[in-house]
Amino acid sequence: MNRHLLSAGDLTRDDAELVLRTAEELRSLADRPIKKLPALRGRTVVNLFFEDSTRTRISFEAAAKRLSADVINFAAKGSSLSKGESLKDTALTLEAMGADAIVVRHSASGAPHRLAHTGWTRSSVINAGDGTHEHPTQALLDAFTMWRHLAPGGAGKSGGGLDGRRIAVVGDVLHSRVARSNALLLRTLGAEVTLVAPPTLLPVGVEGWDVETSYDLDSVLPKADAVMMLRVQRERMSDAYFPTVREYSRRYGLDSRRMGLLQEHALVMHPGPMVRGMEITADVADSSRSVIVEQVTNGVAVRMAVLYLLLAGSSEPTLTTSDPGASE
Amino acid sequence: MHAQPAKPVPPPDAGDTAVGATPPEEPAGRVVLDARDISRALTRIAHEILERNKGAADLVLLGIPTGGVPLARRVAERIAIVEERPVAVGSLDVTMYRDDLRMRPPRALLPTEIPAGGIDDKVVVLVDDVLFSGRTIRAALDAMNDVGRPRAVRLAVLVDRGHRDLPIRADFVGKNLPTALDETVRVRLGEIDGADDVTISGGAA
Repeated sequence: MNRHLLSAGDLTRDDAELVLRTAEELRSLADRPIKKLPALRGRTVVNLFFEDSTRTRISFEAAAKRLSADVINFAAKGSSLSKGESLKDTALTLEAMGADAIVVRHSASGAPHRLAHTGWTRSSVINAGDGTHEHPTQALLDAFTMWRHLAPGGAGKSGGGLDGRRIAVVGDVLHSRVARSNALLLRTLGAEVTLVAPPTLLPVGVEGWDVETSYDLDSVLPKADAVMMLRVQRERMSDAYFPTVREYSRRYGLDSRRMGLLQEHALVMHPGPMVRGMEITADVADSSRSVIVEQVTNGVAVRMAVLYLLLAGSSEPTLTTSDPGASE
Repeated sequence: MHAQPAKPVPPPDAGDTAVGATPPEEPAGRVVLDARDISRALTRIAHEILERNKGAADLVLLGIPTGGVPLARRVAERIAIVEERPVAVGSLDVTMYRDDLRMRPPRALLPTEIPAGGIDDKVVVLVDDVLFSGRTIRAALDAMNDVGRPRAVRLAVLVDRGHRDLPIRADFVGKNLPTALDETVRVRLGEIDGADDVTISGGAA
């Protein structure tokens, strides 16, 4: 693993599978009487959120606390961030306070990268969503959810997880950092990805993503092993990308008729927050195929795995020749 | 894309995940226990556990991954044959509780499987392959603390090689093996390595 997690594309297949395997072990913690591990005792994790996000922040907070880290939440509202402090000054402040990891969400694509590579801070930087760019931990938790359900032998313990599985990502791909991170990670894990969206909501340069694209949801669904619905991000839309909500729902929304086209084992996913009636109908979201609630549970386990793998060990690579029997 | 720092390579040691059964290679170093010796030692340990516990009531065997897990299963099988009833067996990963966690690159976690009955008010026998510094056992005691409160905890090891750093002692020992600090004791088990033996290698001798 690198010291930072900025893009799902930085993860090698080995790294990604290590995160998934680690998350699988950590997930069982939820069944124990004491849901806490001492791995990050004395470490400080700062949640630096320039954009509102309740679920991602809470998920990171729960993950850090279950690993015994100290958590500082730093939200834009009501802090010096709303008084015009720059990213650099914020970073220097956090560095002076001794943050070991900064979980950053920012409306500007590339902000976490800048934080990690300008020497403002020595902390590990974890991208919790930057603009319309990436959201790697969401991709990891989505992959983890698929892996638990779709990998041969269950829970993917046999490895090889998602090879050849077909994943459809449907909706507002243009504004979705989740779609980009998912496409990168799922390709790394060997899955085949099809992006389904109206032409106006597919990003320029999507040809370079190593994925297939389609404008026709009905033709993609029968082959899919999992279908991930994306929220239509109207707050990022400055233009008319589709005529009406009703027309969008009719062509790209997942309703019970479309769910009937899916294979028996296919999963219905959504990164949340959902707009029921827009991209997904209520009966589909609440159906037995929907793993949307499980995605939230898995999010904590995956974020624990990421924090553990980035922070728990020494940052210096130790020699490959270990001292004899030290682990006994 | 940006330049990536060199990826740290985790040291290959017994704490790492063992994946599948690798083809058995010729043992490196001096063989101190062969497959039959290991089998006899485990049978004796099984009987000693039963004698000490006056039967298999409330017994839970927890192996410490990776080596301790197949050993715990084998001891449990032997106890089940003698007592004619199954005995609870599971595994306990201690990675997160190690005192050297911060000094090494992050390690993969290993499975923790607590038997359905839990460990509260049970007699837990921890099972490991080699007892050396005692630090793994200290970590295991801490890990167990977060799972429940056993009535008693015992320790069974296949090999005690000495050189303890902590005041920890095994209750059941397969073989006491005097070693030099610079020697390496290696336990191979059929379930993980494809063959059963214990070897000593390295050292000045």
